[in-house]
Amino acid sequence: MSDFETVFSPIVFLDLALLTMLFLVAIAMLRSRHLFGVVMLSGIYSLLSAAFFVSLDAVDVAFTEAAVGAGISTVLMLSGMLLTVRREKPKTPGRAPVAMLAVLATGAALIYATIDMPAFGDPNAPANSAIGQQYVERTASEIPMPNIVTAVLASYRGFDTMGETMVIFTAGVAVMLLLGVGSARGGRRVSDIDAKETSDEGKGE
Amino acid sequence: MMFAAATVAIIAAMVLALVRAFAGPSLYDRILAGNSFGTKTVLLIGLMGFLTGRPDFLDIALLYALINFASTIAILRFFSYRRSREEAS
Repeated sequence: MSDFETVFSPIVFLDLALLTMLFLVAIAMLRSRHLFGVVMLSGIYSLLSAAFFVSLDAVDVAFTEAAVGAGISTVLMLSGMLLTVRREKPKTPGRAPVAMLAVLATGAALIYATIDMPAFGDPNAPANSAIGQQYVERTASEIPMPNIVTAVLASYRGFDTMGETMVIFTAGVAVMLLLGVGSARGGRRVSDIDAKETSDEGKGE
Repeated sequence: MMFAAATVAIIAAMVLALVRAFAGPSLYDRILAGNSFGTKTVLLIGLMGFLTGRPDFLDIALLYALINFASTIAILRFFSYRRSREEAS
């Protein structure tokens, strides 16, 4: 391991507060049966994780998280919710010891794996010392682009980025077909509308 | 020191908005909680930039404010659309 020591800063308290709130929101999302509340909570979850990414200096990831998580997917989930009922069916509290055991074991293994991770900001970490350093040194001469992240995304791994864009385009077309965007009946069978509105509107909000 | 105090205050406000989002009996409580939580995130990111001595993050906070505004409008439009369709039928 390296001899790099992480500097203790007051930002640690900020990270702790953000992570605690993330944990609380996740628990509340699991326990709520009110689907609209869950959609709003997932938007809040994205905003919180975006703030946490900013505090980790991953500003571009944070921005994607805020735009996709809090913006687009909230709207997508709402439009999906409008095609179904607004409340999840109450489920009897299930006993699933095998699933619980699998989740706990996976979580423990993941936490155990973080012990071997390099410290945050460690200059000797593989990400900072090996090939990353090459990109930092050579981008300025090889690609006339002031931002190194943009140069890596659009030029060094341009084909990968193009494939990613195609995947996202396909997913967008599929979601639009599922939701029936632009069709007069809005993606549902005509007979569904009457049955849903008589059963759903009685409960009200 | 002033920035640290402001950050603590923002986090307290975030917790209060979270309580409303968890408990909020009506739909509009939850929308308002989500919207005000977005505003708190914008303020927090701005403060984080000043806390770490790099106020360049202020532009990002401004963009977040834009996203927050647009998504709240989008959410509210879903409900106005639903209501107008119900009245027509």
